[in-house]
Amino acid sequence: MNPPAETAKPRFYEQTWDLSYRHALGSTVGVFLDGLREHKILGRQCPGCLRVLVPPRSYCDRCHVETGDWHEVSDRGVIEMMTIVYEPFKGLPEPPYAIAYVTLDGASTALLGYVRGTDLTDVQSATTQLAIGTRVVVRFSPEPKGDVTDYWFEVADPAAAES
Amino acid sequence: MRNVAIIGVGQTDFVKTRADVTYPELVREGAELALGDAGLSMRDIDAVVVPLAPDALIGIGNGERWLVEAIGATGKPIMRVNNGGATGATAVETAWMHVASGMFDAVLVAGADRVSESLSAQSVLNKMWDVAYERPYPQNTITMLAMSAMRYNHLYGADERDMARVTVKNRRHASLNPHAHLRAPVTEEDVLSSRLLAWPLKLGDACPSSTGGAAVILASEEYADRLGGQVAWIRGLGQNTETFWMGDRVGPAVLGDHADADALAVAFRRAYEQAGVTDPKTQIQVAEIYAPFSSVEFHVIEAAGFCARGESPKLLEQGAFHLGSDGVVVNPSGGVLCTNPIAITGTVRVVEAALQVQGRAGDRQVDGAKVAIASAIGGDHQFYSTFVIANNRDPIGNP
Repeated sequence: MNPPAETAKPRFYEQTWDLSYRHALGSTVGVFLDGLREHKILGRQCPGCLRVLVPPRSYCDRCHVETGDWHEVSDRGVIEMMTIVYEPFKGLPEPPYAIAYVTLDGASTALLGYVRGTDLTDVQSATTQLAIGTRVVVRFSPEPKGDVTDYWFEVADPAAAES
Repeated sequence: MRNVAIIGVGQTDFVKTRADVTYPELVREGAELALGDAGLSMRDIDAVVVPLAPDALIGIGNGERWLVEAIGATGKPIMRVNNGGATGATAVETAWMHVASGMFDAVLVAGADRVSESLSAQSVLNKMWDVAYERPYPQNTITMLAMSAMRYNHLYGADERDMARVTVKNRRHASLNPHAHLRAPVTEEDVLSSRLLAWPLKLGDACPSSTGGAAVILASEEYADRLGGQVAWIRGLGQNTETFWMGDRVGPAVLGDHADADALAVAFRRAYEQAGVTDPKTQIQVAEIYAPFSSVEFHVIEAAGFCARGESPKLLEQGAFHLGSDGVVVNPSGGVLCTNPIAITGTVRVVEAALQVQGRAGDRQVDGAKVAIASAIGGDHQFYSTFVIANNRDPIGNP
């Protein structure tokens, strides 16, 4: 018997990788997360270039030195870039949701977070309200989980953004 | 360092799914095509470089182990390269180093990908962001490039119709490329009315999840001259790396904006210096550049030095970069936008650049192509690989 290979029906093997990890986050991240519990966004300053890194890192990648002093930055800042996701991705949250990088006043770099409080139903309206340069304010969860999703951004003055 | 020639190239047709072969069998297909193109067998190959992106994407633990027998690589040195989306190009650069250094005379780069086998691709890609600060958010490669597109459009006054024009051009090119995955021509309206993924990126702005194999054989000048077949020459190559932190690519202390690809421009400059390219606009006829989303093509064209920042959308609208236009033709194969087998996408750029300068690109051939560039991007728009590939070893001058 010599069956031609092309007549074999397609067969598939399905498998789910059930992988668990427990990542150590390090003490610099720890200080930042502790700050969130006190409703503070903390940055760490490079003694060389004086950038205040938010989120804080223990080193400066430009000066190749350890960062030093901690600074509390403002809870207000500006949207640098954002996107609104309308497509569901397996393993990721249900859309729609908006995420943005925001430079908080006093920070030299931008922090990633959700943007909440804006109706995302109408794309044109939502993207106008969350345009680059829009002022936002940080909100903190009343029930902190101990990770970075304990804060999010909201448009500081929704009335101004819509006009 | 020794001059390095491309002595054989191969690529399968790219499709969504291949149920008739396993991953190693698919790598074998690409390898056999390149070996046949060079008129060689595995006995003639000194070492192998395997482009293979993150394990979780293909769902195989260290797939380079599984393909060894399929390509006849037992008894030979193997090196796996993973540089994210740049993997397939960085693997060719690794092979170049093997040969240029004098370590090996003939090196095979062979790989494959089956992106559609992962049902969780964006969840896998989310895992490349910082564990504490960014991974808890649904950041992924689509949102990363959506943000870049938003900034580019904001800074330079481009819009979603400009992005749609990139797709229209590349799909027309892909319709002429029998290996391409998405080959049906589309209109601007088709793209603009397609499903919104992550604003401003729509389905029509996005690459497909492709399956296929590709391979390249590099050899020393002496080996290539002895073999006497048709070759292409790697005249220059470059690599560069951008900061991991996307939030450092904006704001008051920014060096390279996330809208642009300044680190890629440096990688191109390194390749140009090595190759002796002094005026890319007039000295390069073909660009096979890595742009998995329509918007990415703009800042790559600009990083390659074909026009100033923010100028490419207008030039595209005026007919530049199309097959048949004057000046450089960008992605005559249809590019990554029409075919994205992630691990080997960079390898395919090199294959296409070689075919173009050899005049073997069929219906997608750019008339008079002598010098081509190829590039790829990996990580969170972070790792950049570039090549200058020419049909001879003469000084690169004005045509």
